[in-house]
Amino acid sequence: MIAALLVSLIQVLIVLLGAPLLVGAMRQLRAVMEGRVGGGVLQPWRDLLKLLRKAPQRPEGTGAAFRLAPLLGVACCAVAAAAIPLVSTRTGLGAAADLIAAVALLTLSTAALALAGLDTATAFGGMGASREMTITALAEPAILTAVFALAAKVGSTNLPAIVATTLGHGARLASPATLLAAVALGVVVLAETGRLPVDNPATHLELTMVHEAVVLEYSGPDLALIELGAAMRLTVLLGLWSSLFAPWGVATSAGPTRLLLALAVFAGKTLALGALIAAAEVFMAKLRLFRVPELLAGSFLLAVLAVTASFFLA
Amino acid sequence: MSADAQLLDLAAGAFLLAAVAILWRRDVRAQTAWLSLQGAALAAIAVILGADQAHPELYAVAAAVGLLRAVVLPALVRRAVTARAEDRESAPLINVGASLLAAVALVLLAYAVAQPLVRLEATTAARALPVGLAVVLIGLLILVTRRKALSQIVGFLLLDNGITAIAFLAAAGVPILVEFGVSFDLLLAVLVLRVLTARMRAVFGGSDLDEMRELHD
Repeated sequence: MIAALLVSLIQVLIVLLGAPLLVGAMRQLRAVMEGRVGGGVLQPWRDLLKLLRKAPQRPEGTGAAFRLAPLLGVACCAVAAAAIPLVSTRTGLGAAADLIAAVALLTLSTAALALAGLDTATAFGGMGASREMTITALAEPAILTAVFALAAKVGSTNLPAIVATTLGHGARLASPATLLAAVALGVVVLAETGRLPVDNPATHLELTMVHEAVVLEYSGPDLALIELGAAMRLTVLLGLWSSLFAPWGVATSAGPTRLLLALAVFAGKTLALGALIAAAEVFMAKLRLFRVPELLAGSFLLAVLAVTASFFLA
Repeated sequence: MSADAQLLDLAAGAFLLAAVAILWRRDVRAQTAWLSLQGAALAAIAVILGADQAHPELYAVAAAVGLLRAVVLPALVRRAVTARAEDRESAPLINVGASLLAAVALVLLAYAVAQPLVRLEATTAARALPVGLAVVLIGLLILVTRRKALSQIVGFLLLDNGITAIAFLAAAGVPILVEFGVSFDLLLAVLVLRVLTARMRAVFGGSDLDEMRELHD
């Protein structure tokens, strides 16, 4: 019991402390590939500490939605990090670590941010909020169907059970259902974390903003929490993808040496996935907004094919 | 599951994925690349079935099918694409997002309808049969909802690939003579359609078939 709680605490701490490092590494890789010097891997942490020292400022007329969204963002990602078996399958939440619940937590933070964007009553906030919710509304069927495809093979949506079963039967990873679900979930992860080709994480042009438009009015410690929440979301979603489709290294017990090894493997896997995304972003352009529903409809189709494959071909 | 069954599942999955990719992409050149992949997956299905059920003539059929559907036919269609941008399908009758959702419905329909066929035998090949039917339905969808002649040719080839896949999975292939006859007919059909498309472009300045339903001045 204590060991499982310790595992959850370790997972939350590593996500909290490592998320800005992951974002810094991705930005540094992009900078190096584009021929720039870059700010270094620690730059996001320096930005966060600078923002935390500033005086809090809230626009006039904003209310509880604006105030609570940054806190909800970090809190939802922290709970998801405690539930998902990133480092070990013996997490503190046990039977409550449901895959659908983890997805719902991440959507809750998106919805909170969209409401905050609407709360500012500016044009950019409203536009960004409506775009964000369109993307989320189209990504939800895809992610739930892909979850269904994975859960159908195992017989339950309990995350530690799914990861433990995949660890036990490694050959399942080469089946068409898992491959299709991996691709579908990969597209959804790109959409939910606001990476290219769905949204440009480095843009400051209003016409192309989705996530940036929603957080335009934030400053000081609120902005620090928003940025930390976005980085934690990226880390948690990449960790979820690697736990479901590349679970090698996840410990099945809570012994200290196994945990240390699993921690190192998790850090390595997440950095590798992040580096892959950053490298691909150098060569990609953002999709036009009316093409994004097409991309997400395609990912939904792949997820449905994964479900039919897992039901009928196995 | 045995290695043969897993390989067959992977080949059938690649077959269906190629059909989905053809529905998704607008560019005819990209569609022909996916057609080649689909022809290769079809040949792979024939080879795996030949190895699994010890029918050595399936290897010859697989070689012929692979040559025709992975090399010759996609090359013919690609050669018919000129440098003009009008061969990119820019205005299908239903937009790409809606056709992807329609493809979801068609795949589910194919699985539901093919259940009596699947229940006839308890082999992996019979279980993969709905994939062939799904590709037939997706090919029909492309044939019906695209305006440009070349996109419709691609849909027709998809349809024929699906029918051949059903033949392989349901009956471990058709006799070699029938296969050669059907392949020759298909080759002739594509050649005639190419010549027709070139004539249409030369005379009417475009191959948008919706514009050709009635007499114009």
